[in-house]
Amino acid sequence: MNRKKLQKLTDTLTKNCKHFNTYEVNCLVSLFYTLVGDVAERPGAVVGLDRNAFRNILHMTFGMTDDMIMDRVFRGFDKDNDGCINVAEWINGLSVFLRGSLEEKMKYCFEVFDLNGDGFISKEEMFHMLKNSLLKQPSEEDPDEGIKDLVEITLKKMDYDHDGKLSFTDYEEAVREEILLLEAFGPCLPDPKRQVEFETQVFKDSHEFNYDI
Amino acid sequence: MGVTLTRSLQWTASGHGTRTLEATPLNDGILEEIILFVDTFLYEHPREAKFVFVEPLGWKTSLEPSAFGAGYVISEKTVTSEEVDKNGEPLLVLSGPHIRIRSFGQLSRLLHIAKDTKLRETRACLEANRDPVVKILGLDYNTTKGEDFSALSILGERSNDNDSEPERPMTVARLLRQLDVHLLNHALRHVSSEMPLNPSAIKNDIELLKHHAGKGEQAVLESIEYTSDYEFSNGCRAPPWRQIYGEICYVLVRPHGAEALCITCSTQGVFLNGGKTDDEREINYERKGKIYKDLVTLLREKSPTFAENMATQENKHNEEQQKQKSPPDEVPNKEAAAARAAPAKSALEKNQINFSRGTARRLQPSLNWRKPPDSKEHRSSVKDTLEEKHGAKLERPRASLSTGKAHRKSTDKIEEIISESSSESEEDEEPPDHRQEANADLPSEYWQIQKLVKYLKGGNQTATVIALCSMRDFNLAQETCQLAIRDVGGLEVLINLLDTDEVKCKIGSLKILKEISHNPQIRRNIVDLGGLPIMVNILDSSNKNLKCLAAETIANVAKFRRARQAVRKHGGITKLVALLDCGQISLEPPQPSLYETRDVEVARCGAQALWSCSKSYSNKEAIRKAGGIPLLARLMKTSHEDMLIPVVGTLQECASEENYRAAIRAERIIENLVKNLNSENEQLQEHCAMAIYQCAEDEETRDLVRLHGGLKPLASLLTKTDNKMRLAAVTGAIWKCSISKENVTKFREYKAIETLVGLLTDQPEEVLVNVVGALGECCQEYENRILVRKCGGIQPLVNLLVGINQALLVNVTKAVGACAVEPESMMIIDRLDGVRLLWSLLKNPHPDVKASAAWALCPCIENAKDAGEMVRSFVGGLELVVNLLKSDNKEVLASVCAAITNIAKDQENLAVITDHGVVPLLSKLANTNNDKLRRHLAEAISRCCMWGRNRVAFGEHKAVAPLVRYLKSEDTNVHRATAQALYQLSEDADNCITMHENGAVKLLLDMVGSPDQDLQEAAAGCISNIRRLALATEKARYI
Repeated sequence: MNRKKLQKLTDTLTKNCKHFNTYEVNCLVSLFYTLVGDVAERPGAVVGLDRNAFRNILHMTFGMTDDMIMDRVFRGFDKDNDGCINVAEWINGLSVFLRGSLEEKMKYCFEVFDLNGDGFISKEEMFHMLKNSLLKQPSEEDPDEGIKDLVEITLKKMDYDHDGKLSFTDYEEAVREEILLLEAFGPCLPDPKRQVEFETQVFKDSHEFNYDI
Repeated sequence: MGVTLTRSLQWTASGHGTRTLEATPLNDGILEEIILFVDTFLYEHPREAKFVFVEPLGWKTSLEPSAFGAGYVISEKTVTSEEVDKNGEPLLVLSGPHIRIRSFGQLSRLLHIAKDTKLRETRACLEANRDPVVKILGLDYNTTKGEDFSALSILGERSNDNDSEPERPMTVARLLRQLDVHLLNHALRHVSSEMPLNPSAIKNDIELLKHHAGKGEQAVLESIEYTSDYEFSNGCRAPPWRQIYGEICYVLVRPHGAEALCITCSTQGVFLNGGKTDDEREINYERKGKIYKDLVTLLREKSPTFAENMATQENKHNEEQQKQKSPPDEVPNKEAAAARAAPAKSALEKNQINFSRGTARRLQPSLNWRKPPDSKEHRSSVKDTLEEKHGAKLERPRASLSTGKAHRKSTDKIEEIISESSSESEEDEEPPDHRQEANADLPSEYWQIQKLVKYLKGGNQTATVIALCSMRDFNLAQETCQLAIRDVGGLEVLINLLDTDEVKCKIGSLKILKEISHNPQIRRNIVDLGGLPIMVNILDSSNKNLKCLAAETIANVAKFRRARQAVRKHGGITKLVALLDCGQISLEPPQPSLYETRDVEVARCGAQALWSCSKSYSNKEAIRKAGGIPLLARLMKTSHEDMLIPVVGTLQECASEENYRAAIRAERIIENLVKNLNSENEQLQEHCAMAIYQCAEDEETRDLVRLHGGLKPLASLLTKTDNKMRLAAVTGAIWKCSISKENVTKFREYKAIETLVGLLTDQPEEVLVNVVGALGECCQEYENRILVRKCGGIQPLVNLLVGINQALLVNVTKAVGACAVEPESMMIIDRLDGVRLLWSLLKNPHPDVKASAAWALCPCIENAKDAGEMVRSFVGGLELVVNLLKSDNKEVLASVCAAITNIAKDQENLAVITDHGVVPLLSKLANTNNDKLRRHLAEAISRCCMWGRNRVAFGEHKAVAPLVRYLKSEDTNVHRATAQALYQLSEDADNCITMHENGAVKLLLDMVGSPDQDLQEAAAGCISNIRRLALATEKARYI
């Protein structure tokens, strides 16, 4: 990709992104192309990170482990649902992921947790997300009982309108009262320590950023 | 009989082999009753005597076949009875040492034959047949064992089969039951008549014996000592596994002229044990001799010397024992008694609980019950004396912490006393730790919290955060919830979470800990679980929210000594001080993270924690060393009340230390304190006033307060009396400020004195102390004395003389004394009987009150009309004053000397005090170096010379030579008083000689050149007396 084109791309992206400055966008764009590999020779092909590559980044760089959550994060980034994160999605996604305001993050997290995208986090979805959260005790008759109970506890805490599921309003109200509930159903934002590491490395000199994919 | 055998008899404890009956008085009693029963059975119940046992009773006998006589078939080794049962079997069979008997008749006969060995045989029989009733009556009986009437009905059925002797088994059973009841009663009588020993009684005995032990002829023993230095909290020294047998301690006794005895003291009595085993560490616990009722009885038996010497010591012993039985013993006694009353097993449990809870439980209640009202002052006075002893090194006692736990207890206590400042609140005392009873009605929250704690334990990060958030929905301010969290093991988990890497879990956990640590018990538990070091580490975290929460939790936890100590020892003070710095260094990350908070907040939390910590002396030092004062000074400049309150609070705590006050002056903090007096916030006003109160001990600070215009707000706050805490602080500040004259003038300008007089009634003591103190200072000036009188302040002041608060009394006496300078006021005081009240305060136990009262008496006597008559009217008053000269407190002595000076102005009174021996007492004090005392002593001496042959008497009691040395003092007041005294004394020739010998003339000659006229005159008069004597002697020589 020639420099002029890159410059133009960076400018457009910077205009649309409120959390990164030009330099940072530049760094992130270069990182993106480093990660994707040189694709200039293959015009026409979809340029971007596929699900696996992206999950790898989430795992290696941001220490995420939950497969389901990572899938959901990928869906969150991949706005156009083409199974591939292009450079604009990359920048916009990271903008919320790393620097988002509380509102943005709440919206993002809610989308991650709303597995079927119907605008509500249902009991079933909660159960699904929490099912691995408790140490299984062999002594218990119903291994799922604890999880079910946990779901009830969460609902009691967050379901303000008592309709048995979480709307965004419920979620927002609960998070505003207790910020710890932002990532209530699993870590979908970067760990602060990892984030600092990532940013210092990328924004210092992205070319030296050694990426193991 | 069965019940007695299983429950009352004392079997040896040894686990293996056949158990044997112990030879205790109780067992012997029971055995004797059984023998009596069996012995007379044949005669009393001849029919039942023929009843054949279901199974024979068999044991090893020591009886020889030859002992048997008529009625028996005797061969060489065997004996059979002629009496047989229905089947022709003999009822008694003896072969070798084994004997088998099947009827009471035969048992009865056997005991006749046994004669002297009855007891042995019975014992052997019972040992071999643990359940004789079953053998006698059969197993049917066993199934309904002991529980009587139903058993009898079964027996009734049995007897139906046996038509020939229908009633017999039933009667036998009834007889056995009667015996059983009889034996139980017997055992009960025995137990109740025997007052069991308890640890404190034994301790008393041993202490007494120790007292009388030694090498000498008169000593009852050579030595007596415990085998173990460690005393458990229940007073026992025996290891816990022996305590369940009722053993209390073991002592090693060396009587004169006999071998050492190793003795076990147990609740049942005192006996010799197997002594120390070969490796010298363990004791052979097995009993080796008879049980005696106490130590003295045993030793009397074992050592003739002891018995002999004991008789001579007896009287003394008894006396002391009486003294020892003072109430303080009751507390441990009760506990011990309770432990003993419970069955052995639960006693063990109890002991274990006692161990784990440490000593606090035992010590604390007594603090609450017994502390006299002046406990605080008492403590600080103890502190003072200790400080004197230990010099500046307050931490030193800890260095000697090597020997024994019991030792440590006491050093700890000392350390507690000296490391804490007086500002500590009562709340500090460790409250008793009452855990919820396991079976008590538990609230529903308990189970819900238990469930949440389960998820905390077994959940990943996500589940943990949910559980933590849910837990916060409980009312954590409520004690039930706080204790529920602890009792289900939640505290451990919460503290463990702090040790993880998960920021969210840490935040959630701290948010809960912060709330529940308002509970004093939880605080203690957190410290016990080692929570403080972890929280101190979190203070280093890069996450400000975490830092804040950790600091706030520390602020809550560090409300008692041990916690504050832990914070310091883990470097917490330095880290907390570093938090104060947060507001300044703007190392803000480019964008604040979501879970973050503001810098100011961090500093506020840091100050909050320091405030809690600053209640310990060592922590104050640590804060200063960590550079906390400049940081606090900087924070003082902010205008956030939230921030100012903990900052001023910390400063106010620390200002009790001199080097802090200097630093506070240097950092220009006073200015800001004064500024914040005008704040809207009452708490802030209170702490500012409190800080000024503390700091205004120094003159420079008092001036600074005035220069910064602090007196006016103080005076205006004085009119707001609703908030008593603030009022106390404000009046305190006014008191200390009014030590400076300029300030008093200002206060008069602001009409503060009238307001103060108004506050003399209906105020709590904390306020009164300060109000009266302030008035005492103000009344040093003429105008104010008039003002106080005109406002009617004298009456309430005199009324306060009957109080008991010692600090208040010191101030009241001072104020009354100040007023008495004015003759007109004095008349009022006299009319209100104030002098009598002052006089009676000379009997107050506290020296400060005594001294202050004596000082106050001086102007009273000086200004009262008919002072001599008034003084004489106090019955025993003069004797009381003279006897105060035996005090060892310099201030008391000086004040009493001053009072005597005034009293002695009246000839009649002077005669009375002379009779009470004032001269030798004054003379005894002459060798002092204290200038204040010297001055008043010299004045008193010069006054007392005016009567009879007192001049001569002073000479005889060697008061003259030391007085001459007073002239070398630096203080002119001393010079004047001394010269006057010497002048009076020089009227006696012998005194002149003494003075001359001690070089008085040269010193006096210097004094003649003094600008002080009185001094000149007295010195000159004295010299002239000496000279005149010299001339007279010369003349005498030549004539």
